[in-house]
Formats: sequence, structure tokens, C-alpha cells
Amino acid sequence: MAGVAAMASINQNMHTDALPDFRNLGVILRVVLIVLILAGLAALCQSPSWDLLFNRFLQVVAPVQPVLVLSLVVLWALEPWLRQLDYVAGIAVVLLLELIVVSIIYRVGQEVFQGSLYDGLERYWLFTAVTTGLIVYYFHLRNRALSPALTEARLQALQARIRPHFLFNSLNAVLSLIREEPKRAETALEDLADLFRVLMADNRKLSTLDQEVELTRQYLDLEKLRLGERLRVDWHIENMPGEAVIPPLVLQPLVENAVYHGVEPSAGTGVVSINAYKARDEVHLVLRNPYRKNGSHHSGNKMALGNIRERLALHFDAEASLRTTVTEDAYQVHIVMPYRAQA
Amino acid sequence: MTKHALRVVVADDEAPARSRILDLLEDCAASLALQVVGEAANGRDLLELLQSTPADVVLLDIRMPEMDGIEAAQHIQKLAEPPAVIFTTAYDTYALKAFELHAVDYLVKPIRLRRLYDALSRVRSITPLSLDVLQQIAPEPRRHLSVQERGRVLLVPVDKILYMRAELKYVTIRTAEHEHLLEESLVRLEQEFRDRFVRIHRSCLVARDYVDRFERSGEEGGEGGWVVLLRGLDERLPVSRRQQHVIKDFGRLNGV
Repeated sequence: MAGVAAMASINQNMHTDALPDFRNLGVILRVVLIVLILAGLAALCQSPSWDLLFNRFLQVVAPVQPVLVLSLVVLWALEPWLRQLDYVAGIAVVLLLELIVVSIIYRVGQEVFQGSLYDGLERYWLFTAVTTGLIVYYFHLRNRALSPALTEARLQALQARIRPHFLFNSLNAVLSLIREEPKRAETALEDLADLFRVLMADNRKLSTLDQEVELTRQYLDLEKLRLGERLRVDWHIENMPGEAVIPPLVLQPLVENAVYHGVEPSAGTGVVSINAYKARDEVHLVLRNPYRKNGSHHSGNKMALGNIRERLALHFDAEASLRTTVTEDAYQVHIVMPYRAQA
Repeated sequence: MTKHALRVVVADDEAPARSRILDLLEDCAASLALQVVGEAANGRDLLELLQSTPADVVLLDIRMPEMDGIEAAQHIQKLAEPPAVIFTTAYDTYALKAFELHAVDYLVKPIRLRRLYDALSRVRSITPLSLDVLQQIAPEPRRHLSVQERGRVLLVPVDKILYMRAELKYVTIRTAEHEHLLEESLVRLEQEFRDRFVRIHRSCLVARDYVDRFERSGEEGGEGGWVVLLRGLDERLPVSRRQQHVIKDFGRLNGV
């Protein structure tokens, strides 16, 4: 149950109608952007000419800014409590909080500027209520766009697909073992079954880094069966946060890519290095494989990376990133995700 | 035709895949006269093997490092007595579509005993692969060109070639050390290797990577044409008037 709660807090998109996660960087940025756009519109309406637009904008933003900052701080602080409310109550509370915040700022403003501000607290209330309403509506629409049905469809479409190439080659390798080494054939089929269980499972559930590493090991055992000495894997995971909660099938498809593009095209030994560690409050996954310029199959690679990138975005919004670096003879993928421990 | 046992070669980069086929061949041998004469882990080894060990049929994996199966099949055709080729693949939609289109024999892995048996039984009667078809099927340019010299087939890595020049029936290909004669059409070569080579003359393609500089040739003051100089080579190759735009494309003019 605790795991479910941890998941929920990571995954704001999984709820039909819920308040946004006010501690999520993406949410915060969106709120700031909407408020600034509204202020910009207000300035545009008020300004008599283009030249005065910027001045006017600054005048509009001046009182908005402190309200915005204080609101974000308050919402950030109350986020765990807000999360427990149901949606409608949550909206009411947020609205109330906003009205209180604007009242406080208004009072302080009156003190400091001795009445040089526009008058009428009610007008500020109205502006605040409308803005809050628009933001809540925006997140409602956004939630709908990413609603479980749609998100599920998208996640399912994004379901990490194992290469048919790998499946059939592995089955072929297992067949070759059955006569000579039935024990090894058994293990291989068990690994294959585990791998497919995860592949066909519900990918919306989050997994842990430990589980992902285990899955990747099983996958690599199968590849070693076929590739033998040609495949070498360097694990650097002594300091990895195994309990970290991450989307499923992020590591394995990357390793599969590395094997397909970095190891298989060469007759010699190819080394895939896998690095997992925690720095500050982020989980880092770094994967490196040999790279040859004139190799083909680039489109497949881009698809797999695009898939993972999109799933990271669905799960973590702007807080996760995936970067690739190509050097003379190596290809590197670096993923950064926010660290959330399994509760 | 003598009815000796069918001589089979297995080419696959994965050891378990080879051993699987060998198991199946053993099963086939119960009712079909056959004999495995060799194994290879990539196209180059295969060609080497076939030079010394004649075979009737090669079971040839498509996806192999260094040299893939389709390229290997092209070079094999240059042997004095090329064996029949049966391609094998685990999964390759592109190649399979092409095979269907051109009626090329193939088996999908995991291979069924029955299928292998059928393919081997009719192997003596199938029409040999044509180079034309193989070139059409090939998804990417070859990495080597193969030339026949002193009764052997020799592989010349494409990235070692400085220029190719059409001469009567043949194309001369020039590496830093050697010159070889190739029985292919320059137009065809130009199409296949357009990423690597550029035409500087009706009868000559030069490797972009080796272009050192362009120079004015001939008499001072005369309307002399241009020549290109390649790294690692003393020859001055003329650039024809029609191809002079190439010089601009390179954008590094020396000696102007």
C-alpha cells in the first residue's frame, strides 16, 4: 500500500481529477507561465501604444509577483495535506488560500506604499479567483488529455517492445542447447519467460532500480548465450540506490540497443558499461557502448530512445532528462530522474 | 552430373545458431546424402573457406559482423564454381520481402527440420543467384569489392580505394599500393557508392576522403583544365569541364 502512495505522488498523471502536484517543477513552471501570460494580456489591454507596453507590463506584474511567489511557497508547503483532500474540496481550499494570500499581500502593500496602489481589495479578489480558476481548469484539461484512458493508450503504444530479432535468435539459441545442455536450456527459457512477463505487464506501474537491474541481468544472460565472448558487460552499481522508484523497462531497452548497435556489428569483443548512482536527489543511469560511424539501423535506435524519453516525460514531466552523446568510438546515454525511495 | 554427397557449409556469427543447424543437418543426413565441409563466423571467413574447400550449398546468415550475408553472397558469385546459397535469418522484414520478390531461397530461424530438408533436396535444381538480384536486395553498399586474380577471389576494402576508372571492358580500382581490374560497370559503382565517391570525369570516380587538392593543369595562360590530387598518390587525375562544379563543392581550392 505504501508503495502505491509513493507511486501516486510521483505520477500526477495517473489520476482523473486531482490537484496538480505543487512540488513538481513542471507544475510550478506552468503556473508561473500562465500567470505571466495573463499579466501580459492585461498589460496589452491597458497600454495605449506598443511603446508603453513593457512599462505597463511591469506595473501589472509588480503586485502579482509577490502573490505568485507566496502562493507557490504556501502550496508547496501544504502539498502533502492537499493531496489527501478530494478534488472539489481541494479546489475550494486552494481558492481560499489564494484569497488569503492576496489579502495579506494587499494589506502589506497598503502599509508599504501608503495607498499609492490601485484601490479595492475586491478587484484583486476577482482577479485572483479568475486566475486560480483558469489555472485549475488548465490542469483539469491537461489531466484529461493525459487521462488514464489516454495515458494508458499512450503508455501501451509506448510499451517497450523487445526486438523480434532478439526473440527469435534467443529461441534459436535455446533450441541449440536442448540436446547437449538441457539444464542451461531450462534456465534460458525461464529467463525468457521472466522477461516477457515484465514486457507484457502493465507498464504504468513503477518499478524499482533493483528490479530493473535484475531484469537486465536476465536479459544479458540470454544475449551471452548467443554472443558468448563477444559480449562483455561492466557493471558499476556499487553505489546505486536500489530502492529508487523508476518507470519499468528503462534500463533493459537501452542495454538491448547497446548490444544491437554496439556489440553485434563487430566480430571482436564489445564492452557495454552500465553506471547507476545517486547524486543529490537524483538517480543517474549512464550507459556506454562502442559505436561505429558507418553502422546502419539508426532509425530503430532513435525510436527506442524517443519511446523512453516520452515515458520519462509522462512519469516525471520536466524533472527527468535523457541525453545522448556520440564520440569518435563510443555512444553514451545519460538519464537523470528524481530520486523517490520506495516507501 | 556426378551424384556425390551434398557438400554443405554453415555460415553464422552465433555459435549456438551454427550448432543448431549442425544438429539438424545430422538429422537430415539420415535420409539425404550430405556432408558438412566447413563452418564460418562471418562473410570474409566464408569466402576464404570456399576458396580452398569447394561446396555445393551454403547456409548463409544475413546479419553478420564485418561482412553481412548478402554482401558475402555477391562475392561468392565470383568463385569459379559458386555454391548455391540458402539465406537464413531470425527476423528481417526488409530482406524477406526482397527474397519473396526475387524468388530467392531462405529459411527463418528457428529452422524446422522439414524446411531444411526440403530446401536441401531441391538445391541442385534451383537456379543460381544472379549478381543483379543480389545487388538489388542489398540494403546498403558493399564494404568490399571482389576481384578475380590468379584464380582466386580477392577482397578489396572499399575504404582503401582512392579512385575507380573505366577502361574498355573493365574498371581499374586503385588503392595506395595496388591496382586491380574489376568487371563491373562504373555507372553501377557510382550509384552504389555515391556517398563515398564523386565523379570527376566521364570515366573516373575519386574517393572524397582522399581528395587532397585541385590544381590548374597544363600550360601557363592557356585554358588549361583542372586536375585533382589524391593523398598518397602521385597521379594527377583530370577533371572534365562538365564536372568542374565538383571543385566548387569541395570548397577548398589550392593554387588558384
